[in-house]
Amino acid sequence: MTDILLETQNLNKRFGGLKAVSKMDLVVHPGEILGLIGPNGAGKTTVFNLISGFLRPDSGLIYFQSEEITRVKAHEICRKGIARTFQLVKPFGKMTILKNIQVSALSKSDSVKKAELIALEILDFLNLSPLKEKIAGELPVGYLKLLEVAKALATKPKLLLLDEPIAGLNPSEVVRFMEVIRRIRELGITIFLVEHVMKAIMPLCDRVIVMHYGEKIAEGPPYEIAKDPKVIQAYLGVSYA
Amino acid sequence: MPKLTILIQAIVNGVLIGSVYGLIAIGLTIIFGVMRVINLIHGDLIMLGMYLAYWMVILVGGGEVLPLLIALPVFFLIGSITFKSLVSPVAKAGGEMGTLLITAGLSLAITNFVQLIWKADYRSIPAHLTSSAYSIAGVSASYSLIFAFITSAILVVAFSIFLMFTETGRAIRSTAQDPEAAMLMGVNIERMMLIAFGLGVALAGTAGVLLTPIFYVYPYVGFVYIVKAFVVVVLGGMGSIVGAALGGILLGVTEQLGTLFIAAGYKDAFGLILFVLVLLFKPSGLFGRSRL
Amino acid sequence: MESRKITLLSGIVALAILIAIPFFGPSKYVMHILILVLLNMLLGQSWNLLGGFTGQISFGHAAMYGIGAYTSTLLYLKLGLSPWIGMFLGGLLAAFYATLLGTITFRLRGPYFALSTLATAEVIRLIAQNWDTFTGGDDGLSIHFEIAPRVVEYFIILGIVIATVLVMHAISISRMGYYLSAIREDEDASRAIGIDATKFKVLTLTISAFFTGIGGSFFASYQLYFNPHVVLTVHTSMQMIFISIVGGMGTIIGPIIGAILLVPIAEIFRVVSPTANLLIYGLVIVVVMRFMPEGLVGIGKRLFKD
Repeated sequence: MTDILLETQNLNKRFGGLKAVSKMDLVVHPGEILGLIGPNGAGKTTVFNLISGFLRPDSGLIYFQSEEITRVKAHEICRKGIARTFQLVKPFGKMTILKNIQVSALSKSDSVKKAELIALEILDFLNLSPLKEKIAGELPVGYLKLLEVAKALATKPKLLLLDEPIAGLNPSEVVRFMEVIRRIRELGITIFLVEHVMKAIMPLCDRVIVMHYGEKIAEGPPYEIAKDPKVIQAYLGVSYA
Repeated sequence: MPKLTILIQAIVNGVLIGSVYGLIAIGLTIIFGVMRVINLIHGDLIMLGMYLAYWMVILVGGGEVLPLLIALPVFFLIGSITFKSLVSPVAKAGGEMGTLLITAGLSLAITNFVQLIWKADYRSIPAHLTSSAYSIAGVSASYSLIFAFITSAILVVAFSIFLMFTETGRAIRSTAQDPEAAMLMGVNIERMMLIAFGLGVALAGTAGVLLTPIFYVYPYVGFVYIVKAFVVVVLGGMGSIVGAALGGILLGVTEQLGTLFIAAGYKDAFGLILFVLVLLFKPSGLFGRSRL
Repeated sequence: MESRKITLLSGIVALAILIAIPFFGPSKYVMHILILVLLNMLLGQSWNLLGGFTGQISFGHAAMYGIGAYTSTLLYLKLGLSPWIGMFLGGLLAAFYATLLGTITFRLRGPYFALSTLATAEVIRLIAQNWDTFTGGDDGLSIHFEIAPRVVEYFIILGIVIATVLVMHAISISRMGYYLSAIREDEDASRAIGIDATKFKVLTLTISAFFTGIGGSFFASYQLYFNPHVVLTVHTSMQMIFISIVGGMGTIIGPIIGAILLVPIAEIFRVVSPTANLLIYGLVIVVVMRFMPEGLVGIGKRLFKD
């Protein structure tokens, strides 16, 4: 039985009449790259919002490192070691790239100066140093997606939630991003990512969970998932079994 | 405990005037629902509508119907121009706060401009033109109030039909629900926002015309109504037409009953407190969606 | 770093000038204008901490201003408490009101928060107008003899403004300053990086209210008369916003420039036509928001870039 870093039990969330997340049980093991896939509207981002404290579940439990975090507020969850990125990037538009990362490092740093050093290290790690004085709001989406990750890394997370990190990137940017994700894992950070581009998920993830209409319909290694008839049906709407 | 007729009178007054509150609120809520703009000049547009009706009656004579018919297209035009030149560019650059501030500045400018040219005097249509009333069993309502109620009701129904059953109406609704999706489906969202803003403004100006025989007209009167409009919109739910209509009536009745049972001086305070309470405990309002 | 040295130097020079002015025997009227300029600088700075730095627009700062004015004046009239101590208490009471308001309304975002500040300020105004046995109602309150010579009042307000500027500066370069900028830029993103946005919004509102309340108390002790229409209306709130927007939101020098420029102009109009004054205010806000939302400071920055 391997270690559990994050666990959800019977998580439920509805919006009005819509069941966004239904009876979700999932487990994240330390050091793995776990993928969460499913057609649009399946509830994937809602799961992230529930785990990261941006939404409260209607029922169910969430545990992080054996501690219950179900109703803990978003900023507290970040301090406990879970960081997240947003599907639609949220840069601090009027601040420089450096300041963006610096302020992200601040909540876990002793001083503004130390936070700056951490920010410079991260810029280096992501090969973004030449851009450090650029104003975030003026950069194209490829760089902003990297900035999202940089800000999350600055909070020294144990678990990184990436919400559709490669949506909107061109093929060479996608390749570069996948490389970045691998290198983050090498740092010892566990990665849980939402995507719906299958081509990126396959080579990257150790395990994949598939959601459809708010429910988990499949779970396992990527090559098994790809052949699962339920998964194919969810994506294509017809039975190919 | 006041007599039953007095109680019923208060409720009747509340419902009648509440219908106009509802009309005002619908204009505000459609603007917010479609483009997430909080239109702080809404009250001043009501004020301008009031002055329009006032001057027409004083200078040209006749009743309310003519100013009403003129108000609708004129205010729609004013709304469209304002949107195109000021609201839209600032919304793109500065977001919700930008439009809040620019409409605040515009409101200040409009009210003071009016005060400069027409002075701060409280004006009202001469009583002999408005005093006729209709009564049943000791409960009475002036013709103007009844006319306001009927007109508001017609406009609300017409507007709802427009939104539900016409192509433009549906396009506007889809822009409100999900602008990106609407755009992908070929809706010209910029144009829909323009139309929605124009319509919202038209409703405000029209409400002003309806209010003229009932209340005093003065440059700052808009402030009173926009505050009430916000209360109603929040009560009924942002973006909900039905909510705005019902919320308006609820506010009207609450005010009348409050004045009856508590003190008249605090009449406006009821709405304000209600406003904050609703924002806190049920921000989606009675009928609104939960996105705020 | 060059521009920082220039700023520091010009600040010291300006300070020296301000301190020296009274010794050149200016007229009472000039002193009055200077005091108003400094008061508005104070109000602009306090509003700006919340509005410009943290991105939370408040339309209800008049409530804090009014609470300050009523607190120190009532304490003086009923209990004989010195207005200078009363000023401090006025600030505290305003801060307390703000903390209460903040904890209740900061669940609301952006425009909804702005509207609830307006709504609550209006409730305060209605209370002041209706509770006439305590607050003097529409007639307001007056103090019947001068509390201190004009020159002394001048130095008091100057001292307060200097203190306020120093506090604002300290905040802007501290950890809190970074957090506030992040909250302003994107509140959700700021939470995602570990910032307790609600706590900081309430804290900022409280600090802002404290200084605004002090401003209100000072105003009452200086003018010796006020009523709800002078200190508690939405126009009072708009004036503070105006100073910050035109000068440049989010900078410390913005409200300073705003006050220096706008108060004398307002004074000119006040004599001629206060209505025209407000009309111009409104138009200027429209023009600034449409064409130069960064205010005069933003224009200055752009000019210096080239």
